[in-house]
Amino acid sequence: MSETKVIDACNTYCPGPLMELITYMKQAEVGDVLELLSTDQGTASDVPEWVNKIGHEMVGSEKVGDIWHISVRKAK
Amino acid sequence: MPSEFHIICVSSTHEKLQMAAMIASVAAASGDAVTVFFSMNALTYFVKGHTASAPAEGEFGAMLDKKGVPPFKQLFQQAADLGDAQLLPCSMAMDLLEITDENLDPGFGPATGLTKFLMDAEGGQLLTF
Repeated sequence: MSETKVIDACNTYCPGPLMELITYMKQAEVGDVLELLSTDQGTASDVPEWVNKIGHEMVGSEKVGDIWHISVRKAK
Repeated sequence: MPSEFHIICVSSTHEKLQMAAMIASVAAASGDAVTVFFSMNALTYFVKGHTASAPAEGEFGAMLDKKGVPPFKQLFQQAADLGDAQLLPCSMAMDLLEITDENLDPGFGPATGLTKFLMDAEGGQLLTF
């Protein structure tokens, strides 16, 4: 059973949010969706680059107010 | 296609340690092979009991003390934990400091000579901070 886990990395600077995501990604099961919350602008473009390189799957990315919500599904 | 990054840290300034740690952590966590060779002033921050607070080189360095900026020691540790980066202390620097592996933070690899580091770095990207 997959689940969505929210990781709040607001108010941390690059590469803090990405490192938070990777930390939780290591612990997640294949199929789990992780939603990263970030106020760091660079994170919104960097996370998809990382996801693409590693081979996970982008589920969505949207900015609500000042906060980016970036969802990634663990694919392997 | 994974790459190899071999990073040499010698400076004691916050900006250079921060940039080296950022590259090491992101590259290692992205599947690239990373080795970091610490010598000169840079190694002293990883000796147990030494301050982790590095002096700023310029005005940007002072901003790095802001809340929310990941500390460089944490980023190097994450490079090792999340991406299998090797953190290698320079054997010459250790000799001059009169320290052994036990005096260094956990997560450090064995004392490494410059010759071995450079031989292992052949063909990869060499970055110096």
